[in-house]
Amino acid sequence: MKTICLYFQVHQPFRFKRYRFFEIGNNHYYYDDYSNESIMRKMASKSYMPTNKLLLELFKEYGSRFKVAFSISGTALDQFELYAPEVLDSFKKLAQTGCVEFLSETYSHSLASLSNKDEFESQIKEHDAKIFKYFNKKPVIFRNTELIYNNEIGQWISDLGYKAVITEGAKHILGWKSPNYVYCNAVNPRLKLILKNYRLSDDIAFRFSDHSWNEFPLTAEKFVSWLKNLDPKEDTVNLFMNYETFGGLQPKESGIFNFLKALPKTVLSTNKISFSTPSDLIENFQPVGPLFVAHPISWADEERDVSAWLGNELQQEAFSKLYDLRENVLKTEDAKINLDWKYLQTSDHFYYMCTKFFIQGSMYSYYNPYSSPYDAFINYMNILSDFEIRVNDELKPKIRKSTRIAKKVTEVASKNNRKRSTIKVKSTKAAPLRKAGNSAKIVNTKKKPESGLNNKTAKENSKLLKSKKAATKKKEITKKPKADAKPNARKKIR
Amino acid sequence: MKILMFGWEFPPHISGGLGTACYGLTKGLSKFHDVEVLFVIPKAFGDEDQSSVRVLNASDVHVSKRDITLKGFEKEMSLIEVDSILIPYTGPEEYFSIMKRYESHNRRILEGDYEGKFNFTGTYGPDLYSEIVNYSIVASSIALENEFDVIHAHDWLTFPAGIAAKEASGKPLVIHVHATDFDRSGGNVNPRVFNIEKQGMEAADKIITVSNWTRDIVINKYGINPDKIFTVYNAVEPISEMDKVSIRKGISDKIVTFLGRITLQKGPEYFVEAAYKVLKKMNNVRFVMAGSGDMLNKMIVRSAHLGISNRFHFTGFLSGDDVYQMYSISDLYVMPSVSEPFGISPLEAIQSNVPVIISRQSGVAEVLNHAIKIDFWDIDALADAIYGILNYPALSIMFKKYGKQEVDKLKWETSAGFVRDIYLSLTS
Repeated sequence: MKTICLYFQVHQPFRFKRYRFFEIGNNHYYYDDYSNESIMRKMASKSYMPTNKLLLELFKEYGSRFKVAFSISGTALDQFELYAPEVLDSFKKLAQTGCVEFLSETYSHSLASLSNKDEFESQIKEHDAKIFKYFNKKPVIFRNTELIYNNEIGQWISDLGYKAVITEGAKHILGWKSPNYVYCNAVNPRLKLILKNYRLSDDIAFRFSDHSWNEFPLTAEKFVSWLKNLDPKEDTVNLFMNYETFGGLQPKESGIFNFLKALPKTVLSTNKISFSTPSDLIENFQPVGPLFVAHPISWADEERDVSAWLGNELQQEAFSKLYDLRENVLKTEDAKINLDWKYLQTSDHFYYMCTKFFIQGSMYSYYNPYSSPYDAFINYMNILSDFEIRVNDELKPKIRKSTRIAKKVTEVASKNNRKRSTIKVKSTKAAPLRKAGNSAKIVNTKKKPESGLNNKTAKENSKLLKSKKAATKKKEITKKPKADAKPNARKKIR
Repeated sequence: MKILMFGWEFPPHISGGLGTACYGLTKGLSKFHDVEVLFVIPKAFGDEDQSSVRVLNASDVHVSKRDITLKGFEKEMSLIEVDSILIPYTGPEEYFSIMKRYESHNRRILEGDYEGKFNFTGTYGPDLYSEIVNYSIVASSIALENEFDVIHAHDWLTFPAGIAAKEASGKPLVIHVHATDFDRSGGNVNPRVFNIEKQGMEAADKIITVSNWTRDIVINKYGINPDKIFTVYNAVEPISEMDKVSIRKGISDKIVTFLGRITLQKGPEYFVEAAYKVLKKMNNVRFVMAGSGDMLNKMIVRSAHLGISNRFHFTGFLSGDDVYQMYSISDLYVMPSVSEPFGISPLEAIQSNVPVIISRQSGVAEVLNHAIKIDFWDIDALADAIYGILNYPALSIMFKKYGKQEVDKLKWETSAGFVRDIYLSLTS
């Protein structure tokens, strides 16, 4: 008995708008609402809604004999909420059938696994919480962004308590081995590995409507006959693809929905092939051996590595600059900053900076909002520059407050001295002196301003203190209190 | 296969992009042993070989023929020099002002050269159109006296010569469009120039354009049958380490350079406006506008008006080593051309390890991947790109690394190979 494991990736990034450098420091909104909404609406009507509807019918017809797994990124969930709540509802309906397993991933579909373990973990937790909130399910299987995996990432995932991880059946890792078995992590054998059969997956996802393909047209019968011809000893065939394959990459007119509709019937009628979720797989099959993966693999391109996201200097620069900010971002505790921080990490932004496609030509270029990788990089860095300024500004008041207090302490001390000296000089008007004395008192006691008027002076003083110029002015005040008295008084009146 | 080529400039006189392209192409063609080029050039400067043959013709112009061997050429080639003061890349108005300059500064040379045989049109200097006609008369006599299989004429000034040679010999004509009057004038074409160009294109058996950008202009503006138009991209001569000059940069500021004729075609005003935008946001940068042209004064006024004169510099016309010196201190090269048939200078900048921003309205944008491309009118995009390259060092690193590789792949030999294929299609 052989089994098919179907898993679909649902993801949409928050695309950035054209953000020019002169907006840095002035405009803190980064998103292209129009394209985000329109692409989501388009995908919802062309792909998500019709495919969900079809799956629901199939689940009703075949019950638990037909099963699929989903991984829905946090950014996609956020966009459903914003632009297509009906899609969220239809996923909830699917969840209730019990034929669907939801997988865990990083909230923002990020590359955090290649940078920072803590960030990686916190995003997974956030994502799981969101899945639980919507679907009342707790994921036990993990899939990383773009199926990125190596031994170390496996370790981390295992430490978090997941039973298995989904990744690419990359040829350069497997060698002579077949992807059609369950494997395990090379270091920690308790973590199972479920590998994508990329040939059969891509036959559906990429080649289905390709007229130049020698197997065109692909029917469910033909596909199942291929499965029948596979080595009978093999356990599973793992078909992993983007959910947008249905109705998006392969348009409705290509007959992709008919293929999906006919697949369970054709498969189940053989009585030799069943459907499983990833959880079923690891329950029913023992790993045949460990898989050693030193360098990260992914499901992208011919290379099946991470070079599509971090292959060139631009990507590496943007990536390291982004994660350099992490500590400060966490310190801010500002909701908006934290949200932008998440959306900035989405892997797609780095994918747009890929220069490999100058040579190869890309299947994904259709979704790319930028005319060139350089364009993508400049836009991203402009946004990141603004983000950095915001993060630092947010942290500044805290730092400034403490330095302000320190400054005040010394100032008060000097003022005390000055009091004495001015008294000696016998300055004609006491008013400025009093004012200075008041403000000093306020800052000193800090929490209890005596009156509205005094409060104002305190504010003015703190304003003045912000700039160095003001500081030098202060010095001038100590020298000639008379001259400064007038403008100060005018401000207060206003 | 023998080619009668009406070209421009030969060492030691190389002044502009057209001369560079003709020279490079001929050099590339010399690598093919079945192609022989008989090169005809106008020559206005009085240092030609005196021992050369003198050919008399209707307008009594000196024509000299000699065989030359050049460094980098696989074989000896024949060069015919015609005493003519045609200057590449000129329109009638510009030609007029250049001639006026020659008359006042180089009167002696001119008079010595022409021995009064040349008819000056009154006090206004020679007329470009009659010069073109004279040149074509010489061309037809050259065509009668030499053996060849294909005629190849570069740029509109030699189109009448090409046509005359075709009529005299009955051989097929290839015309090579390096620029059109649409590029030079920004759309307001000079009707006489337009007509000469159109006649050349119509008379040609095959047309070579230096980019698809130019090919589209020839199709759409001149109404020429697309089937006979082929794009052959220009290439660039590799520069050896010895040719590279480097001078110490005296300032720590970043330098952004515009280098070219300061004319409408090159879009200098977009550079000024973008500079203004960038300078609002950062201080450690200076902009240099190198070159001269009819819009220079306007640009100086504009930069003063914007209050950026302390950060915006004009060098005047640069040539030879000065160009490479300019590149060597530049952190970025910008070519915001409104309509650029090809544009060799960005390739030279890349060879000198300078990242480039080029307008999409240029032929060179079709061959370069590792460069930032903007629409010439999009000042915001241009300013953004300038800011990006100056502030995000990864960009410069990428450009230096991959841009050079890309440019090194553009070889004249490859271009010449395509040209040869076109010749073969006409002779077989």
